[in-house]
Amino acid sequence: MTVPNGTARGNGADDDDPDEDRATEPAPDQDGRGTHSHQELDLDEAVRELAAVEHEYRPPAAGALSNVLTAASVVVLGVAALVASAALGTGTAAEPGPGTWPLLVSILLVVLGGALLLTARRTSDAEKFSRGSLLVLAGLATMVVFVAVIEVVGFEIPAALLCFVWLRFLGREGWRMSVVTSLGVVVGFYLVFVAALAVPIPHLF
Amino acid sequence: MDLTPVLDGFGVVFQPTNLLYCLIGVVVGMLVGVLPGLGPAATIAILLPVTFGIEPVTAIIMLAGIFYGAQYGGTITSVLLRLPGEASSVVTVFDGHAMARQGKAGTALGIAAIGSFIGGTVSIIAMSLLAPLVASFALDFGPPEYTALALLGILLVSTVSSGHRLKAIIAACVGLLLATVGRDGFTSVERFTLDNLSLADGLDFVPIAMGLFGLGEILYNLEERHRAAQAPATVANVWPSRKDLRQSSGAIGRGSVIGFVLGILPGGGAVLSSLAAYAVEKRRAKDPSRFGKGAVEGVAAPETANNAAATSSFIPLLTLGIPANATMAVIFGALLIQGVSPGPQLVSEEPELFWGVVNSMYLGNILLLIMSIPLVGLFVKILRVRPTILAPITVLITLIGVYTVNNDVFDIVLVIVFGALGYLMKKLGFDPGPLVLAFVLGSLLEDSLRRSLLIFDGDATGFFARPISGTLLAAFVIVAILPGVRALLRRRARSRNEELV
Repeated sequence: MTVPNGTARGNGADDDDPDEDRATEPAPDQDGRGTHSHQELDLDEAVRELAAVEHEYRPPAAGALSNVLTAASVVVLGVAALVASAALGTGTAAEPGPGTWPLLVSILLVVLGGALLLTARRTSDAEKFSRGSLLVLAGLATMVVFVAVIEVVGFEIPAALLCFVWLRFLGREGWRMSVVTSLGVVVGFYLVFVAALAVPIPHLF
Repeated sequence: MDLTPVLDGFGVVFQPTNLLYCLIGVVVGMLVGVLPGLGPAATIAILLPVTFGIEPVTAIIMLAGIFYGAQYGGTITSVLLRLPGEASSVVTVFDGHAMARQGKAGTALGIAAIGSFIGGTVSIIAMSLLAPLVASFALDFGPPEYTALALLGILLVSTVSSGHRLKAIIAACVGLLLATVGRDGFTSVERFTLDNLSLADGLDFVPIAMGLFGLGEILYNLEERHRAAQAPATVANVWPSRKDLRQSSGAIGRGSVIGFVLGILPGGGAVLSSLAAYAVEKRRAKDPSRFGKGAVEGVAAPETANNAAATSSFIPLLTLGIPANATMAVIFGALLIQGVSPGPQLVSEEPELFWGVVNSMYLGNILLLIMSIPLVGLFVKILRVRPTILAPITVLITLIGVYTVNNDVFDIVLVIVFGALGYLMKKLGFDPGPLVLAFVLGSLLEDSLRRSLLIFDGDATGFFARPISGTLLAAFVIVAILPGVRALLRRRARSRNEELV
């Protein structure tokens, strides 16, 4: 769920500690702002409250370490792109070469990554990787298996497997429900893509 | 104004295929709006492969229907479950759900549907008048103007919309870099291809959009703990009373205008306009304390505005070739795939496409009104479909769909890679929207920048010597430094407050 600018992270106060629970709590300096127009604040607060409700269903905010790592990888990406663009030949302003534009963008990327690094301790909009993230990894694994074997055994078996794993283990549906739905989905896909549309996707039958 | 192309556009709309795809589009849009999880950008991205076999105008009629249809559908979950189906229906939750608790869910949905219909229709009419003017004004834009316009567009979308501003601009930069992969158009030098033959022609838009928006969102939702939300079985009495209509008529009128104006601005769009319309109604009200406790205007205003904005956000895309938000970026990509390059020449050179798409929205809004008032019960029932069952089906549609584009397994690999990237980005607070938008505009931006530099003989001050590009770049600078200035002012105000204490 996205929340408009300036509402979820409107407090850039420099003197308070970067607590982890900032994202789920309303801004700590509420009472200090009573002098402002009341109505605007109400809407702000209401949207923030709603965002907090949404947040209850999400893992908690990430710690400072992962924020620093994120910013650092932006810088690394920028530097790598910078080196690669410089190698392409940068040309001159009057005659730009193939590397000019990527070079400009990667310089910007390095600068912005640096800025992110400086503010990393104060950002609270990243989520912690939790046990739930393993589900995502499992989901990705089913897709990797799908693409790895599709050219060998066709799409039917890996598709049924993917569907079954997602239903039974990622979605916690019942055994029978998962088996029946997976088979039904594969039959449906076969009828649509192979029988009706004649898409040349690798298939067994 | 010459009305012939406008009327011909209606001829295009009433061709049976276009009627059918308009209906498909709005039904899918409505479903997407009702089901929390996938947003319109993700759905349109996932359906991109479907558009390959059909005519450009038919494809865009369908995709547009998904976009504005989702604005209608998003209301239903906001009102019934206190769970906004779309970001643009967030504020509707306050008064909409309060009304539902008072047993007036039907009224809230009815008013929202009527407001959406009026907002959408007003916006289409205004667009029909304004768009040709903008297009003819932009016809003699040269490379410098396009450079400035693309830069401003990307910056506005990254800063105005939502989330962390710095991270959004970083995402946009990554999108610009990804757009440079492949053979350079000027010198035929291969860039960043890592000697991979599949990358020599550059990265395809389809796997990027499908991965970042589609798979990324599905993976992100896997981590969500399941909510025990129960929808009421039936919604009674959807027709609002005459009193409710009279009470909300002002809100609907103002919401239409606010939505139309904010929708045109890049980054403005449906989310911002629904917030603004709500705030305006609350400020104007004789008794603001009613808001949040079931005020009919609090539903009418944002729902009207988000629909008006969804419609008017087509203006920058169809007249300037600059998408105003993430969804428009995907539709931009769809047009490019169809061999249509959106821009000021579209209105004069492809009038059937332009007016066909614009006029199809009248029909789409009528269909949506029918679906939202007499048929609303049907969509409430759909709320019971569990997302756990939809997720694997969507994944398979994505994996097989992306294959059908080029019949190439490499595209499946790409979509998985970008799906993982999309998940990581959302997880770490980066909005994937600016990345996709910047990717779509990347080659246009680089081309026009290099052409401009050739025109100016390397003298970058030339941009400021031309009135339009100069103005746009000045706006760019203002938008870029404004947040810093505002933070400074706020800090000052705070320290002054502390002194007073």
